[in-house]
Amino acid sequence: MNKIACVGDRDSVRGFMAIGFDVFTADTVSEAEKTVKKLASSESGYPIIFVTEEFYNGMPKVIEAYSEKAIPAIISIPGKNGSMGTGEAAIKALTEKAIGADIALNT
Amino acid sequence: MATIMKVNPTRMELSKLKKRLATARRGHKLLKDKRDEMVKQFLELVKKNRELRALVEANLKDVQTSFSVASATMSPQAIEEALICPKQSIELETGTRNIMSVTVPKFDYSMTGKESDIYAYGFVTTIAELDVAVGALSNIVSQLVELAETEKSVQLLASEIEKTRRRVNALEHVMIPNLEVTIKSIVMKLDENERGNITRLMKVKDMMLAEARQGGRV
Repeated sequence: MNKIACVGDRDSVRGFMAIGFDVFTADTVSEAEKTVKKLASSESGYPIIFVTEEFYNGMPKVIEAYSEKAIPAIISIPGKNGSMGTGEAAIKALTEKAIGADIALNT
Repeated sequence: MATIMKVNPTRMELSKLKKRLATARRGHKLLKDKRDEMVKQFLELVKKNRELRALVEANLKDVQTSFSVASATMSPQAIEEALICPKQSIELETGTRNIMSVTVPKFDYSMTGKESDIYAYGFVTTIAELDVAVGALSNIVSQLVELAETEKSVQLLASEIEKTRRRVNALEHVMIPNLEVTIKSIVMKLDENERGNITRLMKVKDMMLAEARQGGRV
């Protein structure tokens, strides 16, 4: 049975423990990157991996590697310092990639 | 700039190229339709994704605030202790969905345990803010899962649209013009040969006629 994983610094992700996510804490970006890599490999069975924005921005290679595959979905969530706009920026970049211009911005 | 392909100017090649041109035109039309429809779906998904993300980020901010308040009065160890053994767990069911022949994931989750089970700690050592935080977090699980699904779909669809767009452009601006000029050049070459042949025949005929006249006279 599959579960949801959550990677981030201790303060940002501890709450997710209580609701049954599998939480993996990391102190540095490289540590987080290693963890995400391990979780994303197919046998560990985490179709959804939430990563805090601080770490998400630090591992573009890993994100890129899994962006073409249907599973796992590596999704950024705001950490304890609030949203840095990573998610919004990602959507913007994707829209530009697909359409050539970010025309959905003002809807 | 359309370039003429290196092929022999024969009728055989001409009919082959004509078939290829017809296929290319048809493929171009189909891919263009596919691209248009994908863009339509994509924009809907992007809109949904934006809304969901805004919602999730706002909610998570509230959760973090509650946690901060909780950690102001409770020691980090106490918080950790309260949260580390959840009674509730989430099971995730993954499936796939098909949007314009792009396979996107579909997540269904189910929670085990009763609703009150999210508070898997004693109320003596914890403060009310922690309950608020955990409760709020538990409420946005469905949003988080949906966000993951939508965002992944958007990613996959975006790269597929890009690929399709490139194919459409390659057909429209390279393949089809190249085929057209090549066909034109072959047709011209064949016509030229034909004209050359006719002149030659006429010449031969004249010569034969002249010979016949001379022969008749002799």
